[in-house]
Amino acid sequence: MLAPSDAASASPLLSVAGVTLQYKTPDAVVTATRRVSFDVYPADRFVLLGPSGCGKSTLLKAIGGYLIPVEGQISLKGRKVSGPGPDRMMVFQEFDQLLPWKTVRENVVFALTASGRAGQTEAEARARAYIDKVGLTKFIDSYPHTLSGGMKQRVAIARGMAMEPDVLLMDEPFAALDALTRRKMQDELLRLWDDTHFTVLFVTHSIEEAIRVGTRILLLSPHPGEVKAELNSVPPEAMGTGKQAALETRINDMLFASH
Amino acid sequence: MTDLVSFRPEIIREVQSGDAPVVAKTLSPAERIYRLGFVRKTAILAVLAVAWEIYGRWLGNPLPFPTFGQTVEAFVSNVASGVIPQRMLVSLQTLVIGYGIGIALAALLTTLAIGSRIGADLLETLTSMFNPLPAIALLPLALIWFGLGTGSIIFVLVHSVLWAIALNTHAGFRSVSNTLRMVGQNYGLRGLKLVRLILIPAAFPAILTGLKVGWAFAWRTLIAAELVFGVSSGSGGLGWFIYENRNQLETANVFAGLFTVILIGLFVENVVFANIERRTIRRWGMQH
Repeated sequence: MLAPSDAASASPLLSVAGVTLQYKTPDAVVTATRRVSFDVYPADRFVLLGPSGCGKSTLLKAIGGYLIPVEGQISLKGRKVSGPGPDRMMVFQEFDQLLPWKTVRENVVFALTASGRAGQTEAEARARAYIDKVGLTKFIDSYPHTLSGGMKQRVAIARGMAMEPDVLLMDEPFAALDALTRRKMQDELLRLWDDTHFTVLFVTHSIEEAIRVGTRILLLSPHPGEVKAELNSVPPEAMGTGKQAALETRINDMLFASH
Repeated sequence: MTDLVSFRPEIIREVQSGDAPVVAKTLSPAERIYRLGFVRKTAILAVLAVAWEIYGRWLGNPLPFPTFGQTVEAFVSNVASGVIPQRMLVSLQTLVIGYGIGIALAALLTTLAIGSRIGADLLETLTSMFNPLPAIALLPLALIWFGLGTGSIIFVLVHSVLWAIALNTHAGFRSVSNTLRMVGQNYGLRGLKLVRLILIPAAFPAILTGLKVGWAFAWRTLIAAELVFGVSSGSGGLGWFIYENRNQLETANVFAGLFTVILIGLFVENVVFANIERRTIRRWGMQH
């Protein structure tokens, strides 16, 4: 893990500067986030945390390039983000993010070949390696509809990692899973991260998940989303100790202070 | 309250269901056969054929209503003499041309429709105008434009196929989940590539429904159109075969002609489309 002082001296991988996002409903223009700024450094597990309505998912979509900010700028490795692309892979909350007409292997291979990240032979090898990493080798030739929700999310994570993107964007990927599976998936994500130290941006509304998964936590306030704080999380060894409880209380107080 | 809690001991058990059998009971052979769809359907067909035979014999007049046996006989002799296969070929040839053109036009219209708002409006307006219009109603107009011949039949065929397929495909495209679209864009797919690699397979259940409905419309329209003016199209198709035999009061042959129409319908529905379905959307879990 990078110490904060090292990170500060390096240049940010992803920089979000004064970003205001708006979307149109049939009868109004809604401001989702207002002048949000933060920097993500390589190998960060950066968590966007906030109650529903704080625009954290909208913010992630903007970083994914699906939404253009009305104010401010998002840049990846110093280049402005202007549209979706394979250098920022999304892992969605929905189970239907896998292509149902392709097997687990084909899903990963197709992502690599369609985006031009790898040729056919390399894509096959990479797909095998990453599917093995998430422990689904047994199901490599299964169609997604035969898999459980947790397995589908594992494939989506394998697909995202196989693309070897600059940053992996995860939009509440475990929110639709049952509590036991969610815990297991969080530990698996940490284990995968220990292997390759990829950069991940993780959206959640669960304080506990944020502390468990993240190294750095951005707190957003709702309606419209504004940055309330940017905190350091506790290391995985400190989970279940007083340090974790203290941080959880601190975040709780910050998020609900105004109520 | 605490007394009550401490009073009840905790229970912890070793679970020993590892050696319990998973298969409770194998199904009996009769039940297993009954579970096959084609067996049940064949049984229904057999019952219908027997009922037909009984009624035909009871009536005893082959002029208005030949028996099942006489119909099969007429069918076999017409197949053997090559009349039915030849008429069938003429019909199917026309059908495939009309169906093909219809699919191509539907593909063009729906691509325009997902590409732009105005394209969608165009498709919606055209479909709501022309979909309710029976293809046969256009036949007189077709005769003026294309004259007596295959051209006119193909024109009405295209009309009957196009709107059903375009409507279903467009509805299918619109029901593709936003997540899948975003996944495609995430791979860097745009425009026609996104349509070809993501939208078409994702909307395939709806597209297939469109193709099935379109095929049924086309087949019906074709036979009807041939009945009206099959004479002109050279040797004539199955519709003309039916019409010709009615004029000669060869009722068994009329039935044989209808029989052929039904057989082709059953074949396409239960063999061609059923196979496509099994290999695609059922395998993918998009339909059960």
